Amino acid sequence: MAVKVYGFIGSNAVYRVLASLYEKNVDFEFITVNMVSREHKRPPFLTRNPFGQVPAFEDGDLTLFESRAITKYVARKYADQGTELILKDPIQMAIQTVWMEVENQKFDQASWKLMEIAMGRVRGGPELVAEYEKKLSDVLDVYEARLKENKYLAGDGFTLADLHHQPNIYFLMSTRVKRLFESRPHVRAWVADILSRPAWLKLMAFSP
Amino acid sequence: MATPPVKVYGPPLSTAVSRVLVCLLEKDVPFQLVPVNMAKMEHKKPDYIKMQPFGQVPAFQDDDITLFESRAICRYIAEKYPNKGTAGLFGTNPLVKASIDQWLEAESQSFNPPSSVLTFQLVFAPLMKLKQDEALIKQNEAKLEKVLDVYENRLGSSRYLAGDEFTLADLSHLPNTQFLVEKTDKAELFTSRKNVGRWWSEISTRPAWKKVVEMQNA
Repeated sequence: MAVKVYGFIGSNAVYRVLASLYEKNVDFEFITVNMVSREHKRPPFLTRNPFGQVPAFEDGDLTLFESRAITKYVARKYADQGTELILKDPIQMAIQTVWMEVENQKFDQASWKLMEIAMGRVRGGPELVAEYEKKLSDVLDVYEARLKENKYLAGDGFTLADLHHQPNIYFLMSTRVKRLFESRPHVRAWVADILSRPAWLKLMAFSP
Repeated sequence: MATPPVKVYGPPLSTAVSRVLVCLLEKDVPFQLVPVNMAKMEHKKPDYIKMQPFGQVPAFQDDDITLFESRAICRYIAEKYPNKGTAGLFGTNPLVKASIDQWLEAESQSFNPPSSVLTFQLVFAPLMKLKQDEALIKQNEAKLEKVLDVYENRLGSSRYLAGDEFTLADLSHLPNTQFLVEKTDKAELFTSRKNVGRWWSEISTRPAWKKVVEMQNA
């Protein structure tokens, strides 16, 4: 198969890439990287991703790392099939890019730290939780205002700007942090919508 | 001469503002720099928040569009003016674009966090009379070293991060690195690595970046 994804189940960045492949109806081969033996921190995996992180991605001769670069590549290459993940009109695309950067620079940092605390990967007392919940709340306040005017972050349709959020939100909705999403009506509706998409549900059922 | 339609709001000393300025200069796109009085909290007032809902700099306007997030603004400029100024800033074909996106993401996810903390702790905290956090400095220096080791390896076989040409991926690194090399005692992190040092010397002496530094020092 031309498209290969190297990673392990449970990695948010891996899920971000797989979600884009499912939305685009692109067949792929999943190659499990042994997390326990830290296979991703050694050669030969390091030739695929020199930062020693999953996922790594292959499409024919092209290899890529960084989940948000891979999703963009998939969205562009397979533009003619599946969900339109990158808007074509230059102005709409520019606005979509703004919200993709908001996810990257603001949402991800706050939500990721809360995930790490919830998973016990980072020692966090109530002060640290409060600090990052405040950061996430500030972001979600902006989202609430945005989603009052638009069904999705980039406009009328689901795009990568929403997709990039799926893995972290999915995890946090099974923790106390879910109250931050549920207490904001437009955010709550958006979360329910994006986590019930057929492509996301198919991904949740995926087993390598 | 008519007022340029492109407006950038914010001070040139802001790393995010300078990222946008260098992109506009690389592309020969005329612009107006609109000051924002951050000492008077102008960036937190309703008129500004309408443009940038997080109350941060920069904000950006072009014709009818208002944008924020410096890396989104840079992508917009590079896409809108592909043949002006430095061509190929965002790639001329999908494979090159993918490589640029990959290294732009590496900058965002791996380089930016530790270099931003170090820039704040070593450059801005003293200016703001805030106490420096030694443990945080040490921790982030170690993180940055690991990232620069990856860059050292990459730049040994590639002139610039995404390939043979200077692109947005390299440009995005200019603001934080300028502070760390010129205004702190951590220049060595970059200059002691042969390939990283060579790359820094090339990208930082580009006329567009030199102009931005002049604007910062004005």
